[in-house]
Amino acid sequence: MIARLSRWWPVILLAVLAAIPFTVDTWTVGTLSRTLAVGVLAISVALLTGIAGLPTLGQVAPYAVGAYLTVALAAAGFSVGPMQLLLAAAAGAVFNAAIGAAVIRTRGAAFLMVTLAVCGLTEEVAQQWTSVTGGSDGTGWMPAFTLWWGGADVTDKSTVYWYALAVTAIAAAAMIALNRSTAGTLVRAARDDELRMRASGHRVGVLLWGTYTVAGAVAGLAGGLLAEVVRFVSPSDVDLSASALVLLAVVIGGTSSIVGAVLGAAVLLVMQDQIITALGDAAQGQAPVVLGAVAVACVYLLPKGLSGLREHLPRRRRSRRQEAA
Amino acid sequence: MDAYLLNVVNGVAYGLLLFTVAAGLTLALGVADVLNLAHGSLYVVGGYVAWAFTDGGWGGFVLALLVAVAVGALLGAGLSAAVAPLSKRGHLPQALLTFGISLLLIQALVAMFGADDLSPAMPAALDGDVSLMGHRYPGYRLAFIGIAVVLAVAGWMIMSRTRVGARVRAIVDDRDMVACLGTNPRLVMVGVLAASGALAGLAGALGSPIFGPGPTRAHDIMITSLVIVVLGGLGSIPGAFVAALVVGQIEGLGPLIAGDWTSYLVLGAMAVVLVVRGPRRLGLAAAR
Repeated sequence: MIARLSRWWPVILLAVLAAIPFTVDTWTVGTLSRTLAVGVLAISVALLTGIAGLPTLGQVAPYAVGAYLTVALAAAGFSVGPMQLLLAAAAGAVFNAAIGAAVIRTRGAAFLMVTLAVCGLTEEVAQQWTSVTGGSDGTGWMPAFTLWWGGADVTDKSTVYWYALAVTAIAAAAMIALNRSTAGTLVRAARDDELRMRASGHRVGVLLWGTYTVAGAVAGLAGGLLAEVVRFVSPSDVDLSASALVLLAVVIGGTSSIVGAVLGAAVLLVMQDQIITALGDAAQGQAPVVLGAVAVACVYLLPKGLSGLREHLPRRRRSRRQEAA
Repeated sequence: MDAYLLNVVNGVAYGLLLFTVAAGLTLALGVADVLNLAHGSLYVVGGYVAWAFTDGGWGGFVLALLVAVAVGALLGAGLSAAVAPLSKRGHLPQALLTFGISLLLIQALVAMFGADDLSPAMPAALDGDVSLMGHRYPGYRLAFIGIAVVLAVAGWMIMSRTRVGARVRAIVDDRDMVACLGTNPRLVMVGVLAASGALAGLAGALGSPIFGPGPTRAHDIMITSLVIVVLGGLGSIPGAFVAALVVGQIEGLGPLIAGDWTSYLVLGAMAVVLVVRGPRRLGLAAAR
């Protein structure tokens, strides 16, 4: 029974997530839509950090490219939502392909350091290129998107949420498929033993550069989705705290799990929201404290993320079965 | 030519300041294998200590430096205890943990000292302007260049001429072998992180009139020193020295030559170095 159910978990998960707008107020639905956009960014970070073994803080760069491009497109009168997302993804891919040529030369700690520098530069550009980004005030209020040419503006919070959920599901499914493909296997092999992969004739550099480009496309898509959902982008969406939050979400989700990354982002953002709401005025400007405390706690308490907890379950079940036999 | 002189001297001062910070960072990474993202906040701690203890006299200045070194060393030793349980799990948990700690530390400092950038009161003899080739120039920066050069030479003497320095360099090359020779790795880790923290605290105190303490400083100095560590090669102190002076010159001369594009120049330099040097020198050995 359980085994048969577990095969259907993606459908069940989607159904549960799709039912959420019927049970909570519209403000929460809006927050959850934003969470999904951050979740897609987390997918791109999981692709690099977990699957390719390249821990990154730099994915906010293509994310920012996608987000600000979408705002600019909407401001110029181009409001077809899915097309905005495709262009944002393309821009993110081009951006990461360009900087990937340099970034991909490093591994491990050096990769983390270089991508942190990329993140710092992103924040600075978002602050200073005021003609596009509006500086620290953020962009102006972005016009709503439509589902197709000539369609009506999508402004209903629940519809926006379902749209974001569909985009997230498609991105997650595509990345899971990629991970299971031959290319995904080669990337994971390069993570586990790069020297051996090089020795057996695989072009690891090209492989990782391709992964970095794909991750750029996903992050660009996430940025576009963020802009469409929130209809406002500011430097605090693309700063180091945002970047660290997503990396933490990925670690909580189990580092190489795509679905785990989205759920990790949801857990973190909802928890941060709840704590700050619960503390009321005392929590004014204390979001970094919450993030810092959660980071410290997670590193010690959840060494393998939330999915690490799952490992206890099958073992218990197996031992019980062995006892029965 | 004359117009460039002041910027070159500024660049030297800034480069030496960056070197003092980056040397501690690269030492922690090369010797203790700890990626310490809280290093920038230790710099800021040093700056706030300087602000709290300086009173415009020499006594306060020297006291501030000593307290900054002590606090930095203590925090560094504390960090080594915090990351010790993570030693088998790679750099990612270390990075998240130290980043979380730095967020908490910075918020605590902002709660204590306020959110404004502060500037400490230096001894009167260092505070005024001096004449440099006919230009007025802040005397403290020249004094700082002198102090930083003395520090760098002292550090180089320790690393190249003493047994402790030899041991530390040996650990960068082959950690396991040095452990086999009877050096307690646990003790080395505490010592190196304490020394690294002391350097950051000292840099923060000495650098406070140039690059004073404030809520966003930790982040700025952290990113620039990380770039320097990558440019110089992970764990290499001479490499960090050269890289810091180059970055100092880019930051010093950049505004005259490239205007608003200065911060891209530093990243551009990093990209060029990464592409030219390639993965063999930087990558696989450092990934372990």
